[in-house]
Amino acid sequence: MKEFTYTITDPVGIHARPAGQLVKVAKGFESAATMIAGEKSADMKKPIGLMGLGVKLDDTVTIQVEGPDEDAACAALEEFMKANF
Amino acid sequence: MIEATGKSILNGIAIGKVKLYKPPVVDIQPVKADDPAAELARYEEAHEKAIEQQWVLYDKALAEAGEENAAVFEIHAMLLEDDDLINGIKDIINNEQMTAEYAVKTASDNMAQIFAQMEDAYMKERAADIYDIGQSMLDILLGNDVESLQGTEPSILIAEDLVPSETVRLDKSLLLGFVTREGSTNSHTAILARSMNIPALVQCKDIDDSWDGKDAIIDGYKGCIYIDPDPELREELTKKYNEDKEARAMLEELKGKDNTTLDGKTVKVYANIGGPQDIKAVQENDAGGVGLFRTEFVYLNSKDNPDEEAQFKAYKEVVEALAPKLVILRTCDIGADKTIDYMNLDKEENPALGFRAIRICLTRKDFFKTQLRALLRASAYGNMGIMFPMIISVAELKAAKEILEECKQELLAEGVAIGEYQIGTMIETPASVIIADELAEECDFFSIGTNDLTQYTCAIDRQNAKLEPFSDTHHPAVLKLIQMTIEAGHRHGTWVGICGELGADPTLTERFLRMGVDELSVNPKSVLPLRKIIRETDLSKPAE
Repeated sequence: MKEFTYTITDPVGIHARPAGQLVKVAKGFESAATMIAGEKSADMKKPIGLMGLGVKLDDTVTIQVEGPDEDAACAALEEFMKANF
Repeated sequence: MIEATGKSILNGIAIGKVKLYKPPVVDIQPVKADDPAAELARYEEAHEKAIEQQWVLYDKALAEAGEENAAVFEIHAMLLEDDDLINGIKDIINNEQMTAEYAVKTASDNMAQIFAQMEDAYMKERAADIYDIGQSMLDILLGNDVESLQGTEPSILIAEDLVPSETVRLDKSLLLGFVTREGSTNSHTAILARSMNIPALVQCKDIDDSWDGKDAIIDGYKGCIYIDPDPELREELTKKYNEDKEARAMLEELKGKDNTTLDGKTVKVYANIGGPQDIKAVQENDAGGVGLFRTEFVYLNSKDNPDEEAQFKAYKEVVEALAPKLVILRTCDIGADKTIDYMNLDKEENPALGFRAIRICLTRKDFFKTQLRALLRASAYGNMGIMFPMIISVAELKAAKEILEECKQELLAEGVAIGEYQIGTMIETPASVIIADELAEECDFFSIGTNDLTQYTCAIDRQNAKLEPFSDTHHPAVLKLIQMTIEAGHRHGTWVGICGELGADPTLTERFLRMGVDELSVNPKSVLPLRKIIRETDLSKPAE
């Protein structure tokens, strides 16, 4: 399993449109990807649950990736998060 | 006449007959299905159609309201494909053996509830998106036809609520305006209506089915709807409606055009703004840039000295959003009529002639440096001008520039990126006009602040109403000082703008053009009217 943490710098948090694109990135890999925010967690391949985390500006989230292509998935998700949230 | 109020989403007027928009109430009961496999197939077909429909709506919204507003349907398509939602619906059909209608409604309402309970206003709003996609599947399952509810005559719709997909599906040529009992000014429906220029009220609690078919006027300026309006009111609002129409026509006609006189002289027309909230007005009114960004708001909106990070964010937001247009930021102009508790400024006998603007900044160097560092960091994100207010001597300008240079060297040593920027001087004292030649050698541009320049030239306190009989806003001395400033600037290759109220005075535009002014910076709403005047001016003819 691979993981990284990221602190949200976008004023609106994980909002709808980029959340959808994030799901697309996650779905592009075989590995399971989970976002953990405080006590809640969500499957990153499901947009409603992901947005339902209610992640806001300055929140720190942990992303865990597990599966055959976890290295590439982790790198792609981290890059996308940095660029969009 | 009946008058009802709501929250207006657009400053505009709509006049016409009311049409009650009332989808049939469908009471979806937990009904057991005889054939779960058939229900599953019905759901899957509706699901697939609903996704297709979102893309059709996306294209329609794209054409009517632009990409930014169409995005909601892309989001809907994506939400429809959410596995949690799909599995929730299938579970109810397969395990509870309910109808497809009940399954869709229950599963989507449950999902929507998660968002409705969130504190964040933006996320709360997403509940509406989930209801909307649920509804779109239900409409397909039930064979509801949204379009036929609108009728065939142009009308003002009244409805309990309108979801974004309904708003887009409505025929805009028949939609004069709408009023809903529910909804919010932040909803996609409101945003869509705004971008399509449709006057509308939301949260109008008093709407009534009996209004159907009656004459009505929506006054979006006041947030009112009048049913069977009185003749005087009808006349007044019809006049306003026609004025709006003309203004819009002017907008359409003048947007994207040059500020060029009939004989070919072009001048820049920029906007004066007070913060990031004005970015939209600059863009909508097609200003060529920002000639005066009053940075005071970062101080006035703060309980304590605003730190570098907060200032940087605000400046960056504006500079970045408007790039590559030039944005001129005036450094802190606190003092005189603008005081702030945490700055602990002494009460003065004569504040207009007192401790203010650059005088505070040169005294409280650390305070000044915080702002300059924030400005320099923001300069990397666009095209920036930095302008110093209340300058009366070359020494002051040099001192301000030295501190700016000091900040720049510090930032570069820290490895922070800095963009190109111009340096300007506010010309708002007679002293600065008289030494304008010397000042011009030290900066890239001048910007004439006519309000203070008039006050200081005529020794007329602009806050004192008693002095009105003695005040002449077109005082020849002030106009002469403006001319002297422009000439001095041009002798040294320094461009000259006017950012005070006189810049927007249409009776002076031709004079300023004859003086050779390079830029006029006015409130965003005055940009296009000014453009119109400039385009009708002919400087080759003798002045009147």
